Amino acid sequence: MNKLIKSLLPLALFIIVVGFLFKGLYLDPHEVPSPLVGKPAPAFTAPVLAETGKTFSSQDMKGKVWLLNVWASWCGACREEHPVLMDMSKLSEFEMVGLDYKDTDAEAKDVLNTSGNPYKLVVTDAEGKIGINYGVYGVPETYLIDKAGVIRYKQIGPITKELLYTKILPMVKELQR
Amino acid sequence: MIPEIGQFSLILAFCFALIQGIFPLVGVWKGQYNLANTVVPAARAQFIFIIIAFLCLDYSFYVNDFSVLYVASNSNSQLPVMYRLAALWGGHEGSMLLWVTILSVWTMAVTMFVKNLPESFRIRLIAVMGLISIGFLAFILFTSNPFERLIPAAMDGRDLNPLLQDPGMVFHPPVLYMGYVGFSVAFAFAIAALMDGRLDITWARWTRPWTTVAWVFLTLGIAFGSKWAYYELGWGGWWFWDAVENASFMPWLVGTALIHSLAVTEKRDAFKVWTVLLSICAFSLSLLGTFLVRSGVLTSVHAFATDPSRGLFILLFLVVVIGGALLLFALRAPNVGLGERFGVVSRESLLLANNVVLAAAAGAVMLGTLYPLLMDALGAGKISVGPPYFDAVFVAIMVPGIFLLGLGPLAKWKKASLPDIGVRIRVAAIVSLLSAVLIPFIMGKITAMVAMGVFMGIWVISTTWVLLLNRIKTRGLAASHILGTLKAIPLAFYGMLVAHLGVGVFILGVTLVKGYETEQDLRMELHDTATIQNLVFRFDGATEIAGPNYISSQGTVVVLQNGKEITTLKPEKRYYPVQGSVMTEADIKPGVIRDLYVSLGEQLENGAWSVRIYIKPFVQWIWAGCILMAIGGVLALSDRRYRIGNKKVLAETEDLQRVVA
Amino acid sequence: MKRWLVLWLILLASHTAFADEAKPLAEDPALEARLKVLSQELRCLVCQNQTLSDSNAPLAEDLRKEIREQMRAGKSDQEVIDYLVARYGDFVRYRPPVNRSTALLWVGPFIGLLAGAFLLIRTLKKRAGDENFEAEDA
Repeated sequence: MNKLIKSLLPLALFIIVVGFLFKGLYLDPHEVPSPLVGKPAPAFTAPVLAETGKTFSSQDMKGKVWLLNVWASWCGACREEHPVLMDMSKLSEFEMVGLDYKDTDAEAKDVLNTSGNPYKLVVTDAEGKIGINYGVYGVPETYLIDKAGVIRYKQIGPITKELLYTKILPMVKELQR
Repeated sequence: MIPEIGQFSLILAFCFALIQGIFPLVGVWKGQYNLANTVVPAARAQFIFIIIAFLCLDYSFYVNDFSVLYVASNSNSQLPVMYRLAALWGGHEGSMLLWVTILSVWTMAVTMFVKNLPESFRIRLIAVMGLISIGFLAFILFTSNPFERLIPAAMDGRDLNPLLQDPGMVFHPPVLYMGYVGFSVAFAFAIAALMDGRLDITWARWTRPWTTVAWVFLTLGIAFGSKWAYYELGWGGWWFWDAVENASFMPWLVGTALIHSLAVTEKRDAFKVWTVLLSICAFSLSLLGTFLVRSGVLTSVHAFATDPSRGLFILLFLVVVIGGALLLFALRAPNVGLGERFGVVSRESLLLANNVVLAAAAGAVMLGTLYPLLMDALGAGKISVGPPYFDAVFVAIMVPGIFLLGLGPLAKWKKASLPDIGVRIRVAAIVSLLSAVLIPFIMGKITAMVAMGVFMGIWVISTTWVLLLNRIKTRGLAASHILGTLKAIPLAFYGMLVAHLGVGVFILGVTLVKGYETEQDLRMELHDTATIQNLVFRFDGATEIAGPNYISSQGTVVVLQNGKEITTLKPEKRYYPVQGSVMTEADIKPGVIRDLYVSLGEQLENGAWSVRIYIKPFVQWIWAGCILMAIGGVLALSDRRYRIGNKKVLAETEDLQRVVA
Repeated sequence: MKRWLVLWLILLASHTAFADEAKPLAEDPALEARLKVLSQELRCLVCQNQTLSDSNAPLAEDLRKEIREQMRAGKSDQEVIDYLVARYGDFVRYRPPVNRSTALLWVGPFIGLLAGAFLLIRTLKKRAGDENFEAEDA
């Protein structure tokens, strides 16, 4: 009997590996969760798009629940996301700031003029410095920040309708309480 | 029409695989040998139809039939013919077809060359290979059909990834697949032996040459891949511990262990359970590698477009094949006899000790490869396990193994004495220690890593030399008879010598290139020079040239030594318009002592270019070492006891075994 | 006069075209070398199969720039790594940190090796018994 148990060992090991491989099929190896969730959002001050001389500071949002949406005119997935953002802005339950990442002002303005502007305001990050500070690695990315300025959630990749209603809106309501 | 013939052939091949896999097993079980004997004709018919399918697909590539989706996705009318034919395995579907084609080649070889085995054993052996084929053909037919039509046909194809447009693409995948699909034969031998209850010397003796052939291919396949990466990626790296490389390296490590444990099993009828487990593991790791590449559970440079349903199919297949094999193993292993006994210190025990090291090394590679997945699945966060981990852990584990490599062959079979071995290795140890100080001294910089690497490399080479001298001495012949003595030594012994020598050469290459390579990132205007060591590199500008399917900026770098031109290097920056990608084609002047490696960067202002110049000492030794290992395998195979049709020798060795037993 | 001018022009041309020692691409080669060593242990987040050193992705370039600046500001390699890990997680490190969740990764292979060696010696001793064997020449 003892011998049989010993000889079953390789099979047992294999079954464990298969379990992990099965689980692995439904995980996305490209998605890297942010360590910033649960930590204070890095503070920044940046020029506001289309308004020369005006700057925006993340401190201005203290006491509010808000979204920071990282986008760019050159990003295909952002166009995919754009209609959802437009819907979101109509709900007007919270404010959304756009971070125009490594873009030119002219092209960014062009996009907002033709397909609509879902943002309260857009700040520019032409050098990508703020992006690095926030750990951005693939636009679009969206950060949900609470009243105390703590990042509560990060979405990597476009926000979908489903995600908006099942995840983001409930979280916002929770945080606004 | 041709693609449909291919598709139909594939379906027929699948039907024959069903016959080959199922009927014979039932036949043997029920004792109905007329049913069981369908196995060989079915296997051969399967082979023929798979070859037809393969040729049909390659023909579609040849004639640029862009109404075939797979052709349209992986080829282009501008692509040179050689690459069009190789583009067959440039994507997922074709790679799987190559896999199953090579499996059928191996099956065909088994039906032709495996003779003198008990009937039931031989039939089961071929049937098991049929079962594997069923799985892969079903996978191709149901999830990855390469013959799918594209209606309307594309005007032109999307082209083969420019990274793959290289002679390496023609050789590397088929040779590599020959290697790891080849382990299916050892696997089938193991399963058939377990079913037949015939785990004995005959089984070990038959498994050994097949394993060695597969191992030779795998060694060469990995070496080709590494060489290809070296010149293609533009910065001279040759191994990245990428998930897919690891997937081919794990079966190699286990296959190497298997070759050595087979030696013990063949000689002593011992450690059969371990040997059979290794046979199962070598092929299981090949399958696992296939899963890792195809399913996309790991990120890798080699990952083709992935799809969870494909992953699920292969995983299911893994469960059936590997799970089934391990279950059979669990049921049969407790009843396997111990075989002959031998001393605690002996050639046998040292071979097995080396097995422990190789198995631990394979385990480390597997753990490192799968650990990110493990952490992610447990929700413990995402991590990366890369070269710094593998370099550290793999080397630390292999060090005792390399040390044993020097000792093992010097130990006597059955019982060896440590003092005796100690006396034999004295000189080798001194030579290695001296070299570990001297060689770094000559190279101009001494570090602990280099000293250890040189010690290991020279240790292997010098103990191998001691081994040869010893062998000549035991024959007790005078110097005048040296040729006769050398001739009398069996080829298998030379095989071992050369393969081990290869390991030493490999270690030296790795150590010296890691320790002493230099790199310069320069801004070079026309006729600017760079002086590196005793060489002067002069940049003579770049010109535009047109290739068959690309446009290239070709730089000219003249290398001078003592004012004399020794070579002219022409690194290129190629632009492939179809995929809009830019490739760096480095130019290399290879040498025994060092490679001169130049690659062209960006064009800067004033006609200047950024140019990277590397000097890579002894880098060629890495691949020379691999080739020596492969030659060692071939020599071992050429030993007279394996010569086909040499029944007398086989019978003699069998008698000998009986006497020994 | 004209001839002189031509000759002078040729001389001038040949002078500019004459072997100048090429300059390193980087302003500060020592810093670049340090960057190179460090960035080979870091993973590019965009292409994910390349080190930060080998990648040509825009983000990789930005990150290299950031690292250069931090190095110039006197930060140590560890401080730079900590900075990146704080923003991108342990995923950016090709050398996984040693902590509780990676203990098995770092120690496992060596435990395997030792356990294997122990089992082998035990089995060999058990098998051999007290019998005295005669050495055999191959």
